[in-house]
Amino acid sequence: MLAEEMLAILFMYLKAFAVGGAICATAQIIINVTSLTSGKILVFFMLGGVVLTALGLYQPLVDFAGAGATVPISGFGYLLANGAIKGAEKGFYYAVTGSLSAASAGVTAAVVFSLIMSLLFRSKTKRS
Amino acid sequence: MSCAFECRMARFAYITMKKGNTLFFKTRPRVRSYAAVCGSKEKEGVIGGYADVTLSDDMYGESTYEKAECKMLSAAVSLAVEKSGLTDGDIDVLFSGDLLNQIISASFAARDFQFPFLGLYSACSTMSEGMLLSAVLVDGGFAVNCVAATGSHFASAERQYRYPLELGCTRPPQSQWTVTGAGACVVSRGAGNIAINSATLGRVRDWGVTDVNNMGAAMAPAAADTILRHFEDTGRGPEDYDMIITGDLGALGSRILKDLMWEKGCDVSDNHVDCGEIVYNVIEDEFQGGSGAGCSAVVMNSYIFTKMDAGLYKRVLFAATGALLSTVSSGQGESIPGISHAVEFERLPPAKE
Amino acid sequence: MTDSARRGNINYLEYVRSLEPSTKHFKNCLSAFGVGGLICVIGQFFRYMLGFAGLSGDELAGAVSVVLIFLGCFLTGLGVYDRIGRHAGAGSIVPITGFANSVTSPAIEFRTEGYIFGTAAKMFTVAGAIIVYGVFSGVMVGIIYYFL
Repeated sequence: MLAEEMLAILFMYLKAFAVGGAICATAQIIINVTSLTSGKILVFFMLGGVVLTALGLYQPLVDFAGAGATVPISGFGYLLANGAIKGAEKGFYYAVTGSLSAASAGVTAAVVFSLIMSLLFRSKTKRS
Repeated sequence: MSCAFECRMARFAYITMKKGNTLFFKTRPRVRSYAAVCGSKEKEGVIGGYADVTLSDDMYGESTYEKAECKMLSAAVSLAVEKSGLTDGDIDVLFSGDLLNQIISASFAARDFQFPFLGLYSACSTMSEGMLLSAVLVDGGFAVNCVAATGSHFASAERQYRYPLELGCTRPPQSQWTVTGAGACVVSRGAGNIAINSATLGRVRDWGVTDVNNMGAAMAPAAADTILRHFEDTGRGPEDYDMIITGDLGALGSRILKDLMWEKGCDVSDNHVDCGEIVYNVIEDEFQGGSGAGCSAVVMNSYIFTKMDAGLYKRVLFAATGALLSTVSSGQGESIPGISHAVEFERLPPAKE
Repeated sequence: MTDSARRGNINYLEYVRSLEPSTKHFKNCLSAFGVGGLICVIGQFFRYMLGFAGLSGDELAGAVSVVLIFLGCFLTGLGVYDRIGRHAGAGSIVPITGFANSVTSPAIEFRTEGYIFGTAAKMFTVAGAIIVYGVFSGVMVGIIYYFL
């Protein structure tokens, strides 16, 4: 029983690695071919996550790969779209506000930690 | 004297001083002294042993990179003046510029000095433009001692032209590295071993390169244009020079330059050297070399002039290259115009004293 | 510009392109795959750990992203993340830690211009686009689902 559970966990890690890695490798191919900057890649992948979630295609991937699908920025899009879809069931107000509410943890964390880091650290010049 | 005679004389003088876009300096202004300050990464390269000051900390004890750049420039200028044996009062004008918006490093560095300041912007070709204008002023008798100086800093250039330093993004293989350093030289009437014989003014050339990571390709046509016109105007060829030095074309840009020159029937492959290519150890498919205004300024004012002083090179053509772009122009999809000004240096035989 | 000059330019641009060092597709993709996958595995690890701690559902997903964002911000502050990014490319850009990096790096970088117009205003130079289009597309999805 325990061994089986361990195996399931290990398998889940493997799936997360494969799916997350595949999403990143896809982005790398796009960067190589089109030489898009990192900001644009982030926006396009986030939008991709939103669209796929709205079409109902991203949820199965999340169920399958767990963090492999939620950790890439497309997972952020998934979070936004998912919040909006869930909100839409409750009413128009929640349909509009649902997406940002769902993403609030991420945005809040990014803002707060960035501000703290900017107090703690200074930019360092690079040599390579 | 009749007016007609005067006019004829004036035209005669004009013809002898200038052919095409090349100016010939009759009094042959001298490079009286030179000084260079370079950063810690540059110290490990070829110029490490020749620069006057090498930084161990690229902040140079300042709180921001912009202040560090300004301090480097200021240090280079005061060192050059000190080495020339002159005092602040003997200097007639300082020509200086840098890469930052509104050339703040140059103008802020000029606060430290008592002599007048003329600000230049010619991107990475500021060094040769400064030398050229100094020579013009000295040759024309409007000045006795001029200082030409410029510099750049990797971190300040990076944050202005590209991304924040800590942003995790890959550098494309054709990209270059902005040199941290500053160089200055004093151009004077009379004293010094290195003479400025002539200078060719650059034309802005734009062959439609839009890739901001590939400055070498954007600037190579301008460099080729200037060097070819220099040869045409002076009636010389590449074999008459010990060295033809370009500013910061990098490994890729140098290859393009050689090809462009070769197409015009001019083979420079033997004596062409690019400051950007020699300032670091270049691995061509990963990294093209140094760039920035400081690149040619540091290499010229340390390595090249020292070697010329020692008599290793007799005649050198220095064509610094500049990419005249801004973040606004590249954001709006404009292509990158390039410019290159060439200055010819000659090592004079030691004066009999 | 004359037509011949334009043609010359096109020839030149093609020639330049032929000289450019080719990107190492396979090597780049492999390192992106490896690093990106590894960050996801770390995320999965925190999913399990925080799950054991009693979190579940949206709370768990939120907590995992907060932890990863913290790591991204912290490594950016230490000056480590850009080094990872130099080799990993998309592998460190696309995960949520890359989003954190894009917020923290300008925040640190522009501190010299003050805390209000430096750090705070420049914080969203890259991330602003993600939030703007994310919120907009999220609202669109919400409205469409509401009326469906």
